[in-house]
Amino acid sequence: MDVREKLAILADAAKYDASCASSGSKATRPGSKLGSTEGMGICHSYTPDGRCVSLLKILLTNYCIYDCQYCVNRISSDTPRARFTVEEVVSLTLEFYRRNYIEGLFLSSGIIQNSNYTMEQLTLVAKTLRQEHQYGGYIHLKTIPNADPELIQEAGLWADRLSVNIELPTENDLHQLAPEKKKVEIVQSMSGIREKIDEFKADRKEGFNAPRFAPAGQSTQMIVGATPTSDQEILQTATELYTGQNLRRVYYSAYSPIPHADARLPAQSPPLVREHRLYQADWLMRFYGFSSEEIVTEADRNLALDIDPKLAWALANRHFFPVDVNRASREELLRVPGMGVRSVDRVLQIRRHRQLRSEDLKKLRVAWKRTRIFVQTADRNPGLLNLESLNLRQQLQPARKQLLLFDAATSATTGEV
Amino acid sequence: MPLRAVETFEEWRESARELLAAGISPEEVTWAGPSQTLFTPESAHAGQSAGTQNFSVPPEFIERARTVACHLDVSRWELLYRMLWRLTHGERHLLKDSADDDVSRFQRMHKAVTRDVHKMKAFVRFRKVEVGSEERFIAWHRPDHRIVRLAAPFFARRFPAMEWTILTPAESVSWDQQELRYGPGVPASEAPEGDVLEDLWKTYYVSTFNPARIKMKTMKKEMPVRHWPTLPETALIPEMLEQAGQRVTAMINTREGFETTATSYFPERMTWKNVAEAAQHCKACHLHEHATQTVFGAGAKKPEIVIIGEQPGDREDLEGEPFVGPAGQLLDEALAGAKIDRASVYITNVVKHFKFTHKGKRRLHQKPNAREISACRPWLEAELEILKPSSIVLLGATAAQALLGRDFRITRQRGEMMKSEWCDRTIATWHPAAILRMPDQDRRRQMKDDLTLDLAAVR
Ligand code: SF4
Repeated sequence: MDVREKLAILADAAKYDASCASSGSKATRPGSKLGSTEGMGICHSYTPDGRCVSLLKILLTNYCIYDCQYCVNRISSDTPRARFTVEEVVSLTLEFYRRNYIEGLFLSSGIIQNSNYTMEQLTLVAKTLRQEHQYGGYIHLKTIPNADPELIQEAGLWADRLSVNIELPTENDLHQLAPEKKKVEIVQSMSGIREKIDEFKADRKEGFNAPRFAPAGQSTQMIVGATPTSDQEILQTATELYTGQNLRRVYYSAYSPIPHADARLPAQSPPLVREHRLYQADWLMRFYGFSSEEIVTEADRNLALDIDPKLAWALANRHFFPVDVNRASREELLRVPGMGVRSVDRVLQIRRHRQLRSEDLKKLRVAWKRTRIFVQTADRNPGLLNLESLNLRQQLQPARKQLLLFDAATSATTGEV
Repeated sequence: MPLRAVETFEEWRESARELLAAGISPEEVTWAGPSQTLFTPESAHAGQSAGTQNFSVPPEFIERARTVACHLDVSRWELLYRMLWRLTHGERHLLKDSADDDVSRFQRMHKAVTRDVHKMKAFVRFRKVEVGSEERFIAWHRPDHRIVRLAAPFFARRFPAMEWTILTPAESVSWDQQELRYGPGVPASEAPEGDVLEDLWKTYYVSTFNPARIKMKTMKKEMPVRHWPTLPETALIPEMLEQAGQRVTAMINTREGFETTATSYFPERMTWKNVAEAAQHCKACHLHEHATQTVFGAGAKKPEIVIIGEQPGDREDLEGEPFVGPAGQLLDEALAGAKIDRASVYITNVVKHFKFTHKGKRRLHQKPNAREISACRPWLEAELEILKPSSIVLLGATAAQALLGRDFRITRQRGEMMKSEWCDRTIATWHPAAILRMPDQDRRRQMKDDLTLDLAAVR
């Protein structure tokens, strides 16, 4: 099999992984002859699915001794198999990088022989790139949960980011669909990485010239919609991981394609809507100071699909409003539907010099149709009258058609609401 | 009324200083790009003495204005001067007011230029050209604004050890591993065609696309169609869209549908009797099709020790009891050797149906595969959950790996007392059938001794 055929198989097998962003490393490795990690997050191309191509995202091999049922590479699947050599991956990365096709490499692998052997092979790719080719571009390695800590430790020296996939939201889900994987083991691997990262940071602070360890931190991915687990449980797991393991990102990947669609909406790839809502909820938790318990208020413990989670929270907490844009704190302003971090910061700047009126907010490009219902401005804002209206939700709900055309693709990177 | 023709930020800055020093208000000046002037512009040297005067404005303004100056809209000069005027005439905090019309236009232009710079960083595609033994990387790119000088240093930092050139219609830049050199614009026709790697790149592009989600609108927003001609992969898009339907079908075939596991056949109340009864009707994998019956675990219901084998054999399949054939006899001997009463233990298997191929009249045992093991394991887990043994003995690699993970190596870890999820005393040892298959007499005796000793260890 030639490299082209392998590439077709091993890129196809890797495309289900949602973690695509190349961000987080602040400085390029000193002495690099090729590649930098400044200007991160550059998307070099887009495919017709609306997702960006920023990394060479491939598997080392899609042979796997495991049989996880949500995974196309499970041993019992009859998908075509291939395996790259270490040299092939190194050369593809360098050649693609030189032509400015990519920002770096995202390498993961099916498990071959055993976890340690597989982890060694992944690490060898990164080490060869760094040591033999003075490659300074981005490298993200997906670590193998059961591999020895020393092996993962070595991987962290060469990679910018490490990730361990949590795979499914709860222990129970794992038990059902990936009985060979255990949440404790996965979380243990994560804390191993977290400890190393913390150590590295502490050493740096003390002024030691510690070898860098996964400077872009760690992330994980969760498949959603493969089991009936609720959004509440999903977000709880995410919170645990953000706070307990200090993860940079949790990625959500809707189990697709369509046959296992979410039963909560009629037809048409709805798991994507759910995925989008989860990204929005995740964003609210990371940047807007919401806790997971605040976000999921629905009786069925799931996010609303018809409106975004911030609006849903606002509707359920009307006593919190109106928020006075000329007086409220940053935290309060961030809770106003339709206002993002940027517009809030601009409001704070402007109001040091003068009072803001409705016109000003419109010019700041907040989503006025929503925002007007929740804010008090220096002039009279007639939108406020609707705050107590009973059918407010219907008024604010986008047309269903629009809903399905929403911009789910970019939600993995922004999710901003 | 003064007329100013400027092309670069530096030229504008010089003129602006002069005008400001002379107290000329924005309404009194007409700004033009160099090609738009019919008359010779007033000499830039006029009023030179005044031009050296310095005005204090926030450094942020100068910095951002430098970027805005790369915008192609000719009205930018007028906007910049009006803002400069306001900043120096009592509105020092002007930049903070994003809702002001001038400021918001300034911000929008700034954003357009930085976005264009970002797109240049993303969409430049180098093509390798070999001249003798030297290799050069050349790209042709069409930015919307005059941004080559803004973007070029980035490429120098990213590709320090490469010789590269970026050509654009208005300007070009080259890097020789030492410094950046700027030159005139170049038409697309002078750019090199193709690169050996483009085929691989296109293969990657097609394969990484998920045909189950099509979002052309998002794609076009992020990757504007006017950039497509310089991106080799975009030629494939029509074909990708056309084949999407077919590929989704293929995806569904390899991905769709979770295989069932034993849990689908669990009874409501999980007592041993109910579970054993329910297992008789299990169809979670296809093994039930050819086997005679389910061979569930048997033995003491309050056992200290649970012994777990791989799978029933020929005799077991016919009798419905685990370990009654030749392997069972050997196990009995070893139990006796370890002074364990068989009636006090519980014996079961990881997989509960016999798997075989025909060889003449004989039915030959076949190893269960991963799918069958994971389908059946819930029965075993239910047994352990109900019986709560204080020791577990795992016979052979299949049983050990099913409970302890794929990384378990029987040859290396045999006889080790371990903690497992089910109990604190778990040990793995040889499977009696493996001992029976061992051709070497001495080795067979040795293995049987090992088995006896390992059993004695959990007693
Ligand atoms: S082998 Fe196990 S899972 Fe398969 S049908 Fe028999 S009892 Fe069910």
